[in-house]
Amino acid sequence: MQEILRFIGENIEMLYILILSVLVGIEVISKVPTILHTPLMSGANAIHGVVIVGAIIVMGHAPADNILVLLLGFVAVVLGTLNVVGGFVVTDRMLEMFKKKR
Amino acid sequence: MDLGTRLLWGLGSIVAVVLESQDTLAWYAIALAYLIASVCFIFGLKLLSHPETARKGNFIAATGMAIAILATLLAPGIRNHLWILIAIVIGSVIGTVIAKKVKMTAMPQMVSFFNGMGGACAALIGLIEFKELQYVNGVIVTSMGDVIGSSLLSGHTLAILGGILIGSVSFSGSIIAMGKLEGFVTEKSVRLPFQQGINALLLLVMLGIIGYTLTLEQPIFWLPLLLFVLALIYGVLFVLPIGGADMPVVISLLNSFTGLAAACGGFIYDNQVMLTGGILVGSAGTILTILMCRAMNRSLTNVILGAFGSGAAAAQEEGEKVIREISPSDAAILLAYARKVMIVPGYGLAVAQAQHTVHELEKLLEERGVEVLYAIHPVAGRMPGHMNVLLAEADVPYDKLLELEEANEQFPTTDVVLVIGANDVVNPAAKTDPSSPIYGMPILEVDKAKTVIVLKRSMRAGYAGIENELFYYPKTRMLFGDAKASLEQLIEEIKQL
Repeated sequence: MQEILRFIGENIEMLYILILSVLVGIEVISKVPTILHTPLMSGANAIHGVVIVGAIIVMGHAPADNILVLLLGFVAVVLGTLNVVGGFVVTDRMLEMFKKKR
Repeated sequence: MDLGTRLLWGLGSIVAVVLESQDTLAWYAIALAYLIASVCFIFGLKLLSHPETARKGNFIAATGMAIAILATLLAPGIRNHLWILIAIVIGSVIGTVIAKKVKMTAMPQMVSFFNGMGGACAALIGLIEFKELQYVNGVIVTSMGDVIGSSLLSGHTLAILGGILIGSVSFSGSIIAMGKLEGFVTEKSVRLPFQQGINALLLLVMLGIIGYTLTLEQPIFWLPLLLFVLALIYGVLFVLPIGGADMPVVISLLNSFTGLAAACGGFIYDNQVMLTGGILVGSAGTILTILMCRAMNRSLTNVILGAFGSGAAAAQEEGEKVIREISPSDAAILLAYARKVMIVPGYGLAVAQAQHTVHELEKLLEERGVEVLYAIHPVAGRMPGHMNVLLAEADVPYDKLLELEEANEQFPTTDVVLVIGANDVVNPAAKTDPSSPIYGMPILEVDKAKTVIVLKRSMRAGYAGIENELFYYPKTRMLFGDAKASLEQLIEEIKQL
C-alpha cells in the first residue's frame, strides 16, 4: 500500500498525462468515417514509433565499452526508425490517393 | 542603487544563473520540444480523421516526431551520436524503400510489419534497462543512476517488465498477422488442443514472473529473458487461431498494444513525449479496434476467441444446388441496358489490381446513361476503408461510394448488382442462418436487386470459410475468372454493342 502511494505521489504528473492522453485519444477518434480507418491506423502506428526516443536514450547512455548494450541499442534504434519512417511514408502513400481530382 | 545599476545587477544575476544551470535550461528546452511534439501528435491524429485534412495531419505528426527525435539527440548526457545517426539512416533508408515499393494491396501487411518493429524496439529497451539495473550497497540503481529503493518493487521495474511483455507480444503477433495476410502463415484458424487453456496458463505464468521479479532484492536477468521468450510465444498463439478475415481487427489491437509498450518507455525514462505518444495511440487504437468490430456487429472477445473458421458451421451439406454461369457478352448486355448498376467491390478487386478497369467500366456505362454507384461494405477487403483507398487511387469520385445503409436503401431499385471479388459481405447467411459464424453481421443486401452478377475466380469459399447461398439464388449469375480479365472482357463487349 505504501509503495503504491509512493509511486502515485512520485509520478503524479506522469499519471495526469496518462489519464488526459487516454481521454484525448478517445475523443479524437470517436467520429471517424470508415473510409479513413486504415490510414488512421497507419498514422497512429507511426506515432507509437516515438518509442525510438527510448532507444536513442539507451544508446546515448551506453558506456563505450559495453558492446552488448551498444549492439542491442543500435538494433533498437534501427527498428524504431523503421516504425517511424515506414509508418509515415506508408500513411502518406495511402492518403495521396485521397487528393481531390474532381 | 539607481534603477540602471539595479537592472544591470538583475541581468547579471540572471546570466550567472544561466551559466550555472545550462544543463537545467537545456532540459527545459527539451521539455518544451517534447511538449510541442505531443501537441503535434494530437493535432496530427485529429486532422487524420478527416478526408480533407488527413494528409496534412500525417505531415504534422511526422514533424512532431522529427522534433522529438532531434531534441532527444541534443539532450545533455547523450553520447554515441555517430552510431545513433548511422542506425537512424539505416532504418530510414530501409523503411522508405519498403514503404514506397509495397503494392497498394499489401498495405495492411506493411502496417503490421512496422507495428511489429515498434514492439520489438520497446521489448529490447526493456531488456537492456533490466540488464543495466545495478545492485549497489543494498539498493537498486537504474541505468540513469537513480536509486529506486532497496528492492525491485517499483514503478520503474514494472514499466520495464510491462514494456518487455507487451512489446514482445506485439512483435510476434504482428509478424504472424502479416504472414497470414501475405500468405506465408496459413490464413485459416489454427488451434492447438486446449488452446484457450494454454493461452490463459501462459498469461498467468508471465504475470507470475512479473510479480515474482518485483519482490526480488537483486535483479536476476534470466527472469525477464524468460518473460521475453514466453511473450513471443504468447503473441504467436494469440494470433494463430484467428482467421485471415479478422486480421484488420487484430492489427489494430496490436497497434494499440505497441502504443502501451511505448508508454512503458515513458515511465522508464520519465519521458513525457513517449508517454503522450504511446498512450494516445493506445487509447485511439483501442477505440478504432472497437469501431472495426462494431462494423462487423461482433464483439472484440468474439473476434479474439474466434468464431470464424472454427469448423462448427463451416461444413454444410452440398446437396444438388445449381449455379448459373453467364457469358461476358450476356453480362455486358444486362449492364448496358440497365438503368441503375451497383458495384460491390471486395478483396478480389484488390488482388487483381482492377480498380482502374472498374472505373473505366463505370465511365463507359455512365456515357450510355446508366447510373453507376459503388456499395462499400465497412469490412470489404482486408482493412476497413481498403476499398475506398483503392477506388480513390483510380479517381472514382467520393460521392459515388455509398456506405452500407445508403447502399441497402438503393438495392431494391437497382437493376444489376456487380459483385467483384466480394463474398462474406454479401452472404445472406448473416441474416438467415443463426448457426453461421457470421450471423448478425450487417451485409449488403444485394439479393434485393433484380439481377446479381458475381465476378469470382472460383467457387472457393470466402475468407471466413463459409459457403455462400447467394451464388445459388435464381437471380444470381456467375462470371468466373480473374476480376481484371473479366472486367476487360465486359468493357470490350459493351463497346461493341
